[in-house]
Amino acid sequence: MRIAYIAVILFLVTVGSVVFNFTTPFHFDAIGSNWELIDITVYITFIICGAAFVVLGLLMAWWVYKFQYQEGKFAEYEPENATLESQLTIVTTIGVVVMLAPGLVAWNDYINPPSDAYELEVYSKQWNWMYRFPGADGIFGAAHNKYVDLDNPFGMKPGDKYGEDDILIVDKTVKIPVDRPVKVLLRSQDVLHDFWVPAIRAKMDAVPGMVTYFWFEPIVERVYEVLCAELCGRNHFNMRGEMHVVSMNEYSTWLNDQVTWAGLQAGAVPLSPEAALGRDIANEAGCFACHSDDGRALDTGPTWLDIWGGTVELDDGTTRVRDEAYIVKSILDPHAEIVLGYTTTMTTVELTEEELQSILDYMKSLKSEPAKQETTEENDSESTAPAPEVDSTTIPDEEP
Amino acid sequence: MATVEVPYQETVPLHHPKTWIGKYIFSQDHKIIAVQYGITAMAVGLVALILSEFMRLQIAFPGWEFMNFFTADHYYQAITMHGMIMVIYLLTAFLLGAFGNFCVPLMCGARDMVFPFVNMLSYWVYLLSVIILMISYFVPGGPTGAGWTLYPPQTITPGTPGVDWGIATMLISLAVFIVAFTMGGLNYITTILQARTRGLTLMRMPLTVWGIFIATFLGLIAFPALFVSAVMMLLDKFLKTSFFMPAIVSLGSKLEYSGGQPLLFQHLFWFFGHPEVYIVALPAFGVISDLISVHARKNIFGYRMMVWAIVAIGALSLIVWAHHMYVAGMHPSFGFFFATTTLIIAVPTALKVYNWILTLWRANIRITVPMLFALAFVLTFIVGGITGLFLGNVIIDIPLSDTYFVVAHFHMVMGVSPILAIFGGIYHWYPKLTGRMLNDTIGRIHFYFTFIGTYAIYFPMHYLGFIGVPRRYYETGISEFYPVAAHNLNKFITIAALIVGVSQILFIFNLVHSYFKGKKAPANPWGANSLEWCTPETPPRHGNWEDRLPTVHRWAYDFGVPGEEKDHIPQTVPRRKAS
Repeated sequence: MRIAYIAVILFLVTVGSVVFNFTTPFHFDAIGSNWELIDITVYITFIICGAAFVVLGLLMAWWVYKFQYQEGKFAEYEPENATLESQLTIVTTIGVVVMLAPGLVAWNDYINPPSDAYELEVYSKQWNWMYRFPGADGIFGAAHNKYVDLDNPFGMKPGDKYGEDDILIVDKTVKIPVDRPVKVLLRSQDVLHDFWVPAIRAKMDAVPGMVTYFWFEPIVERVYEVLCAELCGRNHFNMRGEMHVVSMNEYSTWLNDQVTWAGLQAGAVPLSPEAALGRDIANEAGCFACHSDDGRALDTGPTWLDIWGGTVELDDGTTRVRDEAYIVKSILDPHAEIVLGYTTTMTTVELTEEELQSILDYMKSLKSEPAKQETTEENDSESTAPAPEVDSTTIPDEEP
Repeated sequence: MATVEVPYQETVPLHHPKTWIGKYIFSQDHKIIAVQYGITAMAVGLVALILSEFMRLQIAFPGWEFMNFFTADHYYQAITMHGMIMVIYLLTAFLLGAFGNFCVPLMCGARDMVFPFVNMLSYWVYLLSVIILMISYFVPGGPTGAGWTLYPPQTITPGTPGVDWGIATMLISLAVFIVAFTMGGLNYITTILQARTRGLTLMRMPLTVWGIFIATFLGLIAFPALFVSAVMMLLDKFLKTSFFMPAIVSLGSKLEYSGGQPLLFQHLFWFFGHPEVYIVALPAFGVISDLISVHARKNIFGYRMMVWAIVAIGALSLIVWAHHMYVAGMHPSFGFFFATTTLIIAVPTALKVYNWILTLWRANIRITVPMLFALAFVLTFIVGGITGLFLGNVIIDIPLSDTYFVVAHFHMVMGVSPILAIFGGIYHWYPKLTGRMLNDTIGRIHFYFTFIGTYAIYFPMHYLGFIGVPRRYYETGISEFYPVAAHNLNKFITIAALIVGVSQILFIFNLVHSYFKGKKAPANPWGANSLEWCTPETPPRHGNWEDRLPTVHRWAYDFGVPGEEKDHIPQTVPRRKAS
């Protein structure tokens, strides 16, 4: 009999797939939450589906090999076999039920947070994460996108008594206590986003105009990277956050240092009219989707704090002095020179001469320590370069 | 099951074209229209293939100087165009437009479609939709980069590439495509119901026709949902209505919308989008059933079960759509319902797979090129089907959605599988269409590159999803979820993708070369039974048949009937008197 290469290939592909499955390092990483039931359901599904795959793949290979064409031979004539067909239906149905049942049980847990879960709101916007805790009264103040402006980043409803003590974290990093169930409420300022930490297993989309949720209980103290899992525009891949799972003590200390909505309103330093104008123009041009003006390190673009002066390293290894010419060029032709550590996704914005000048004036005014800046300008390129580790919510007041 | 005494088309005169243009360009002959659909779909599919190679290069070699021109905007535009072209303008157009047009009248023993003029219009409107889509690349801002799912608000807010013009050309093109599909679809259904020749009862129809029949029904039910969502989105974009748009602050600016619901779009989109999977899959199922039976020289196992499975899958596919939305934020109780319906659909689907494989049992298998593609289809579809059982089970979808597991799954199940069915079908029907055989050796080489290559691309890709590599990332950067090993795997996948891409040149060469230089094809080279192999001429002329339409006496799967002389009995051969 001739060798049927396809039978050999079908055999090798089937066996190779199984070997790959058992030798690959790519499986779920260590779980960091209570969702073991998800992993168990995946495991059951793997066994049933894997067995079906191997049996079917090997049968195909074997039969293709065994029943090759012979001149003059007739295939067996058997149009139907009711017994066999109903047996296969029953076996398949049982397999499906065994996979579905634990899945539905787990889903029931997933959509019903335990009553002792505390609440954390994740507020997402292109292209970063912010967080809100309900504060001392345990109740979130009302918030809506229509109230959002530069001084009200969460869209807190003015005058809402539950909102005053809400703790606002205008930063990509959040800390949560270990071994406490948390119900994550998701809101979005603009488009769909999805708050996702792979090791936690859980995720849900944030949808503008509604509040969605999921819950989990972190079981390991660790720093996790937060990803955006739902396509949210050209900087989707750069929309990262950090979630620190810490001890209750560390969490309480950290939370006490955060600013409340009342505190944020009281502490707002009035800007000069020129700076305010520049900030508004920059905001409407979309600059703050990728750049911060308070030293927060975003993955999307360098902060504007202390951007004026000093030098910067580019991704081609050269360095540039950040003078007016460099900054104007970076605004008008954003793809020409890219700061080391960033991917350019910046689009050209149409600005009038006056608008550009206003933005430049605003940038000039952004100094972390205005008094010292004049003298250290030449040497502080280190501090103005992107600093991925910075995670404070306020303007850093210590400079190296 | 009464037989139609005088087939409808036997009495209707056919208007034969007198000019070359009437014969080959503005042709009303279903076979020419099938070729026009096929060539257009393959051409536009080639564009999508090239886009995918650029995407793969970017994923595997970020920062490579050669790829410097390929910005994040280009990447997102490429994923969007690649997805939309492949799903709509290649797969749907090829399986229904090309196979549907070629197979339905021939396999039903009809002279042509019931409405040949509308059928011709269907192609030209389809071509118009393709042209509008391609214009996307020449408008200011380029095509939309919203992802092929076009989820609002992102689709029409400034943070997305192609938000000014690209989205308009995309939505208009889709609307025009749906018009084309409706004209073609009405024809397929009417022809199957009204123009079958005498003796061809529904339960004697080849499974290819069954697949196309039910898929067309699904299309006519599902595409209107896409049509209205395209219209509503155009209104949201240009007239500032708020169907899908709540109050939002986009990149610092308050937009003029309020009160809309982004999830409404997702429901409409997937009410179309899920049946769309079966609009592509059912014709592929049908084609594969016929290929396996013919080339294994054995009746398809469990024909009636196969028919009812197609019908059941079609019906169920209309009530599973929200399994694409488990993490979308819809009411959580929906999860129970849609997970259950989704896993139920696995039962008839699994039965089809069993029946294909059981057809091989004690068969007399000719390992021809179409058979190779059919076997590869079955294995690929098994992988794509069982990974669907992961994603359909709502709780497993939570960690895996939006990762490369999903990308691998749907490429296996509705990318590679239907493409393998299309290749198999082309190798199978090319002799009847052109009167020449395709080159066998080139066909085999093309097959092994395509099958092993695509498997090497997509099987390992599932595992990137387990470690949490998210899809639709222009660049992953250095992150804990993206170890060096994963990066190396991506390089491997890209190389496999390049090889598969380049190997398609063999196929195109074979199509063109064999048309002129191929071996002359006999009327029935595979020894098949269905009516298209019984035409008086090869290739069949306009009108397909002699004055009298053929009479059908049996199903299309009489292979290896005991006591017969030959191992196959065409449908036109009368049954012996029962002794």
